[in-house]
Amino acid sequence: MPTVSIWFIRAALAYLLAGFSLGALLLAGKGIALPAGLWRWLPVHFELLLVGWLVQLVMGVAYWIFPRFGLTPAARGREGLAWLAFALLNGGVCLASVGVLGNQPVFAVVGRSAEVLAAATMALNVWARTRASGISPM
Amino acid sequence: MPPLTRWFVKLSLVYFVAALAGGVWQAAGGPLWLTPITIHLLVVGWVTGMIFGVAYWMFPKFSSEQPRGASGLAVASFVLLNLGLLLRVAAEPLAVGWLLVTSAVLQWLGAVAFVVNTWPRVKGR
Repeated sequence: MPTVSIWFIRAALAYLLAGFSLGALLLAGKGIALPAGLWRWLPVHFELLLVGWLVQLVMGVAYWIFPRFGLTPAARGREGLAWLAFALLNGGVCLASVGVLGNQPVFAVVGRSAEVLAAATMALNVWARTRASGISPM
Repeated sequence: MPPLTRWFVKLSLVYFVAALAGGVWQAAGGPLWLTPITIHLLVVGWVTGMIFGVAYWMFPKFSSEQPRGASGLAVASFVLLNLGLLLRVAAEPLAVGWLLVTSAVLQWLGAVAFVVNTWPRVKGR
């Protein structure tokens, strides 16, 4: 598994824990009295689990497992692009979460835009690797 | 495919069908409590269950002695996640507070068990 995939997947696992912790609090809040302001965190729960966990996991695994271009250092495409996608996605999740939580639409728009750029960057890298044959993942 | 993965995947397929059936009921004017159940059957039961099962199977080996990590933790993640989700399905329409809290704790523990077992398997080789 390449280093950038390790970062993607470990970050995804961290978001899984954060998102499930928040979700557990929200669900428990239906059963016992918890601060009413907790429900403001619902969009953050969505953001952490849908983008931070699921999208990020898929990106990390795709970079790892898609067909490669032989055994050269550039076998998985441009690694710099994958790191850029990682930075954009994680910066985007944090900014979008702060934006929706703090009712700061500018933060939310910038964060979501960073997520779009992360998706486009990843697509650029994976597009050429979406083909019939390749070498099995390490 | 290890037996635990087969359990994860088969149960996730059942949740998949149940979640979409819940969507049909919603569209036909189902009750309000159905919405969070339908969503969580899909994203926790189907998607997360499938990921947990496939990751347990496909991720790099932990060691030659324990290729998939601690099997007890993996089984715990399966039992806790699914017990918690099923409890929520039962508790949400009844609005039984302590059952919802128990469901929240069980699902959270299931995720913790999965992360603890999977983290060291996210590595180069």
